[in-house]
Amino acid sequence: MKVRLGFTLAALGLAASTALAQGPEPYRIGVVTFLSGAAAGPFGVPARYGAEVTAEALNAGTVPAPYQTKGIGGRPIELIFIDEAGGTTKQVSEYRNLVQRQKVDAVIGYISSGDCLAVAPVAEELQKLTILFDCGTPRIFEDGNYKYVFRTGPTGTVDSVAAALYVTGTMPEATKIAGINQNYAWGHDSWNDFEAAMKRLKPDVQVVTSQMPKFLAGQYGAEISALIASGADVVHSSFWGGDMEAFVLQAAPRGLFQRSKVVLTTGETGLHKLGTQIPEGTIIGARGPFGPFAPDTELNRWLVKAYSERHKEPPTYPAYKMSQALLGLKAAYEKAQAANGGQAPSQDQVIEAFEHLEYEGPGGTVRMALGNGHQAVMETAYGEVKHENGKAVVVNVRRYTAEQVNPPDGMQSAAWIKNDLKPVQ
Amino acid sequence: MDMQLAVLVDGIIYASWLFLIAVGLTLIYGVMNILNIAHGALYALGAYAAASFGGFWFSQGYPPLGSYGALVLAAIVVGLVMGPLIERGLLRFMYGRDEIILLLVTYALFLILEDVIKLIWGVSPYIISQPYGLLGIVELGGLIYPVYSFVLIGVTILVGVLLAWALQGTRHGKLLRVVIHDRELSQTLGIDVRRYYLATFTLGTMLAALGGALTAPTVSVVPAMGVEVIVLAFAVVVVGGLGSLPGAALGALIVGLLRSAAVHYVPALELFAIYFVMAMVLIIRPRGLFAGEQARTI
Repeated sequence: MKVRLGFTLAALGLAASTALAQGPEPYRIGVVTFLSGAAAGPFGVPARYGAEVTAEALNAGTVPAPYQTKGIGGRPIELIFIDEAGGTTKQVSEYRNLVQRQKVDAVIGYISSGDCLAVAPVAEELQKLTILFDCGTPRIFEDGNYKYVFRTGPTGTVDSVAAALYVTGTMPEATKIAGINQNYAWGHDSWNDFEAAMKRLKPDVQVVTSQMPKFLAGQYGAEISALIASGADVVHSSFWGGDMEAFVLQAAPRGLFQRSKVVLTTGETGLHKLGTQIPEGTIIGARGPFGPFAPDTELNRWLVKAYSERHKEPPTYPAYKMSQALLGLKAAYEKAQAANGGQAPSQDQVIEAFEHLEYEGPGGTVRMALGNGHQAVMETAYGEVKHENGKAVVVNVRRYTAEQVNPPDGMQSAAWIKNDLKPVQ
Repeated sequence: MDMQLAVLVDGIIYASWLFLIAVGLTLIYGVMNILNIAHGALYALGAYAAASFGGFWFSQGYPPLGSYGALVLAAIVVGLVMGPLIERGLLRFMYGRDEIILLLVTYALFLILEDVIKLIWGVSPYIISQPYGLLGIVELGGLIYPVYSFVLIGVTILVGVLLAWALQGTRHGKLLRVVIHDRELSQTLGIDVRRYYLATFTLGTMLAALGGALTAPTVSVVPAMGVEVIVLAFAVVVVGGLGSLPGAALGALIVGLLRSAAVHYVPALELFAIYFVMAMVLIIRPRGLFAGEQARTI
């Protein structure tokens, strides 16, 4: 009995002293991204690296201004990683786990549009601040209204619209377009947006073939023959990951890239892996002003340096988008904290600060301008591949402002493309 | 540009790929009555091993043409290592059980192998594309094709012919056919069935890995590449009749040509082509095109 009491007192004493010595309570963030499967290599793992690099630098206070204060409002950031693989049902239960069992302060994640659409209502139900960092479907804020959900990255509509603007701007004589896209929501939406935008900008344009091979098919011999035989001036593809790489490897020796101008809307993720195997003249996108399209700011230089030192390769757009999600959260939190007299703000106060927020990321300015202040817009850019010193670089870059590639607040993307999209001089 | 010729050439190229990825699966089923779902992971293992062997070959500066040997060697090594390991180490404890049990076991093996691949090679893509372009290109009917595609057709025909000869023309092949026909009877005749099972499974694994190794130069080797392949291989094998080699060849040819025609004329139907053939076969000849006569057992 005496020993028991002694132990209990000692334990209490230890706990009390640790609590006193601890300092500010950590800010715990659940990070959900693909760590296995097809999307891990091109997207999930670079996003994870981006999160780690950014969180560590924030905790050390080495991120350039205005993010030089440590952590989030002085609280050290703790990241809990969850693998996004396994399907939407699994992701919803993982999300509930993060919020209810692990009691995270916020969730940042989701590359797959399916997961975003499934998790958003759950975030509202559980009333947990959730930041979607990558998924592309515009439907999140066009079809729904959310208080607890934010998206700090541009939608997929931006990619297709900007691609159409680039093509009509650089190849005004091109009339025959073709597409090869993966046969699921992402591929369908990308192609439909591109086709609609092209028809709006250049009504005499003609679709000569639209190939929709199965997601992860990997063998595109027949499709490539059909694309070449179609005589298209422009071939649009939203292929990503292994499919994109297989397509490039199979199509390049067969002359497709010489006969047609190929647009790879997510091509930037393959720039380092494929390098000079992407033929010169290929039009490449990075789903926003990321990677080679990022402005030369101190913030961008910091991310490139910190990431490359750790991972031997420069950061690609998933890393940028994850980094700017974290920075946006920090900016919103600290804005709310300042308005709260320096005290830790409540979640509602952080949300209020986040709405319509304008902040700087490594890719440039992020404005939470759509979806009642919950959906980010940024400028975007496309360019062409050129081979220089054994590497693939991007030239002939054209930038488009956020207004040129986004619908106005309250208007559906599809309707905007069809009726209101304006050409750019 | 000759559209019909393109359909034919593309169809045959794709058919040869289908046969190469399906032949191991149908062989194992034919002999051992096991539907080896792990076939997809063994295919992926062959591709990753080829990327490693080939990558090593090129990094050492050896003559590029030898890289094809490196690819084939990778497949043989995967077969010789994984075949006995799986058959002796796992499957032999399951013989005689319900087919469904074995299917579940091979499915579990598939999941395990996928994670093993991830442990060894990580999730980043591997590119081993030099062998694809080494042999140059050829023009046919206004379209350019890499010579490698036709080499693959040749390899596939060679594999098919060798297997057919082995089964029909050699003593071991004839004994194997006895084992296929009736396992119990062949045991009473004194045939060591375990040896044939081991040899067959090893050969089937080698063939799966060969499919992966020869495909690797045409794609980037990524996780989940085995998933798609097992679905396709299964469809081809069902069309041709489980266990029939000529069936797999004919099934591959039909699917390849139909899919190629769809891609060129009605792309929206391309996804449906293989399942259409499978559905038709299941309706008209449910046991597959080349399934043999089944004696009625009472």
